[in-house]
Amino acid sequence: MSVAVELRACAFTHADGTRALLPTDLAIRPGETLAVLGPSGCGKTTLLRLIAGLAFPDPPGRVLFESRDVTSLPIERRNVGMVFQSYALFPNLDVAGNVGYGLRLRNVPKAERDARVARWLAMMRIPELAHRRVDQLSGGQRQRVALARALAVEPAVLLLDEPLTALDAKLREELRVELAGLLRDLGITSVFVTHDQAEAMALGDRVAVMRAGKVEQLGAPEDIYRRPATRFVAEFVGVLNVLAGEVRDGTLHLPGGSLPANGLAPGPALAGARPEQLRFDPEGTLTGRVRAAFFLGDRVRVVIEGAAANPITVETTGAAPRPGEVVRLSAAPPAPWPLPDA
Amino acid sequence: MGQDRLALAVLVAPAIAFLAAFFLFPLVLMLRTGATGPQGWSTYAIILSNERYLGSLWKTVVLAASVTAATLVISGIAGVFLARTRFRGRRLLTAFLTLPLAFPGVVVGFMVILLAGRQGVIGELTHAVTGDRLVFAYSLAGLFVGYLYFSIPRTVLTVMAAAEKLDPALEEAARSLGASPWVVVRDVIIPGLKGAFLAAGAICFATAMGAFGTAFTLATQIDVLPMVIYAEFTVGANIAVAAALSFLLGAITWAVLAAARTAAGGTVAAAG
Amino acid sequence: MTRHRGAVFAAGLAFTALVAAFLVIPVILSVLAGITANYQRGIIASGVTLLWVERVLQLYAHTIGLSLGIALAALLCTLVLGVPVAYALARHSGRLARLAEEALVMPVAIPGIATGLALILAWGAVGEFRTHWSFILVGHVLFTLPFMVRSTLAVMLAVNLPTLEEAARSLGAGFFARFRTVVLPNAAPGILAGSLMVVTLSLGEFNMTLLLHTPFTMTLPVGLADSYASMRLEIGSAYTLIFLILLVPLLVALQWASDRAFGLEVRR
Repeated sequence: MSVAVELRACAFTHADGTRALLPTDLAIRPGETLAVLGPSGCGKTTLLRLIAGLAFPDPPGRVLFESRDVTSLPIERRNVGMVFQSYALFPNLDVAGNVGYGLRLRNVPKAERDARVARWLAMMRIPELAHRRVDQLSGGQRQRVALARALAVEPAVLLLDEPLTALDAKLREELRVELAGLLRDLGITSVFVTHDQAEAMALGDRVAVMRAGKVEQLGAPEDIYRRPATRFVAEFVGVLNVLAGEVRDGTLHLPGGSLPANGLAPGPALAGARPEQLRFDPEGTLTGRVRAAFFLGDRVRVVIEGAAANPITVETTGAAPRPGEVVRLSAAPPAPWPLPDA
Repeated sequence: MGQDRLALAVLVAPAIAFLAAFFLFPLVLMLRTGATGPQGWSTYAIILSNERYLGSLWKTVVLAASVTAATLVISGIAGVFLARTRFRGRRLLTAFLTLPLAFPGVVVGFMVILLAGRQGVIGELTHAVTGDRLVFAYSLAGLFVGYLYFSIPRTVLTVMAAAEKLDPALEEAARSLGASPWVVVRDVIIPGLKGAFLAAGAICFATAMGAFGTAFTLATQIDVLPMVIYAEFTVGANIAVAAALSFLLGAITWAVLAAARTAAGGTVAAAG
Repeated sequence: MTRHRGAVFAAGLAFTALVAAFLVIPVILSVLAGITANYQRGIIASGVTLLWVERVLQLYAHTIGLSLGIALAALLCTLVLGVPVAYALARHSGRLARLAEEALVMPVAIPGIATGLALILAWGAVGEFRTHWSFILVGHVLFTLPFMVRSTLAVMLAVNLPTLEEAARSLGAGFFARFRTVVLPNAAPGILAGSLMVVTLSLGEFNMTLLLHTPFTMTLPVGLADSYASMRLEIGSAYTLIFLILLVPLLVALQWASDRAFGLEVRR
């Protein structure tokens, strides 16, 4: 299996001695989009900066691009494309000037440069903005220009640092879809840093979930969601119902009743279930009282107390119970999985 | 990164070398020169117990402090008024208030002479009204007026900039809770401008301590500290005392600015 | 705000107008006196004349030339010394950088007369330096350098230069390419405002220059003081008029440049 970008034992310590990244190995496949997901301060931006060449790993960490050791190369000699959170468009240049900047540095003749700039602007669907000043652009337009600028140099890897965070919710949704399509069509290797789990799930071919300077789990979005490796991943990605009880005779006993204990060891047990792993069922063996119900458009999210030690969340597309109502629940496949303690 | 750090060192080196050669080295030498008089290092103790020097120092400090207080009150009112009201002629009035910005002290001294000197308008007016000519340009009062003239424009600018940045929601919140206009001024506007007042006041004080051109133009007999230094150096050829007094003066103004900066948490620098 | 146009507004307006009058009337008097044949008798009785302006040019033309020359030389020096420092401070926020900034600002915090005296003590006996105009230049550069650095640094921080530079690096720009294509163009408004400030301050500097100058190196403000002390009021006024003609356009340009440079922070 060939590798586009590889980190070998890369750690990073700040000048003041704080450890931003623990020794990390990571291999990114050619053409894949890797989403790096985690809360702020987890080291995800440090990871991106190590790949970019804006920061350098503590020895003996190495960074390789297609098996070539680039550890000592600064960013300007790595041929990466980078989209910054603030976009960092050059205010002294117009849109075309920004997009063509990297080509100018590479001494691409003007005629060809103009043609390539025009092509990228067309691909981003903003050809009419070529001679606009960057401070006259909307957030979404800035994002497109930043992307065009990074891609115009045909980088070995595209690095995106929270590229959608600065946008409002609706535009973010729109550009997320567009970006996913673009990355797929171009087949470019990319690393995408975000704190938004929905974004990571939607855009990443694989997702690396990070916490406290460490990659907790690396896998396909579905694996991360369905088979979280740690309690942190389970809680950070999606909605999690924590079911703490005791397993006796193949049944998980909870404060409000019981559920089948598929695969859970006898004794005190901690299980996790996504909202869709529980359903309203008049014949159900778990009872609770509705605390609140939220209308989400295509479904209703219901929070139930008394069934487990903590409130649990169940979603339904059918008629939702009202607050105060007593409801019965049963397990929907797949069954609740054992939850790691830490 | 190493290459970058080297580049940065190269960038800063010329300025630091210049500063070291023409500022830090001369300052140290001046401190040393203060001790080359017949009394050696005790020159510093002697000037602090000498009645004439001490009196001059006090006079300078009191003058600078009263100029600062008056400037802050006047510029505070005018600055807040200009920043918070909109009327025709506001821009022109602002331009008038900031016109003498960066006038050198000598020119300011001349302006005071034109106002309150022997041929000044105030003299003409009082002569016409009372028969007596009011002339105060060549005294401490003239110096006070000159320093006001000098300090108001820059302080007005600072106050206006700060007043425009005040969050109007704070005032609206206070009023929604029942605060009267005067209470709003006391509880919202003045605390909001505290930083600007502190910064502008420190600059005003330090400038008034060291300003020299105005006093030089108005009269040689006003014995504020810079004038005493000048006299000791040129007329008295008393280089050790001049150096010691200069060092003292520099230390006081620098300390005031540093203290204000620490208190305001921002950046404060003097000018003029 | 337009609702309570009552007594408070009137009082505020009257007060502000009074302060403005205090500041502007002497300037008008000075300008008038400079073109009045005999100030004692008044402009109407004695008539308008350019005689005093001509006298000033005969007596003091060399001070104008010297001051302009020193101001331009100071500008050149502060550009060469100050812009790189501002850049370094924009990139680094460590303790060493703060210390360098503090040292750099000190010459502004210390009265000019003290700095002037120190300069004479340290360098006054070195060869022909004392009688050369570059001796004054050194003092002016000390005093104006912080203004160039501050103004440039403020704009560099407002445009978030470090991130812009990272973007340029990611596109392959080395140090010099970045400095030319990103750093200088984006810092230009701050450099312009700083430049106007340096020229304005240098033209008017007196506190230090009075000690530093020699009969061969009399600058415009020193000449002004000389004329106020030893010439008739009309000549002092005419001289002041010439100085204001040099200074006021600079002040207007400075105001415009500062608004443009520091308005950036609001726009972003």
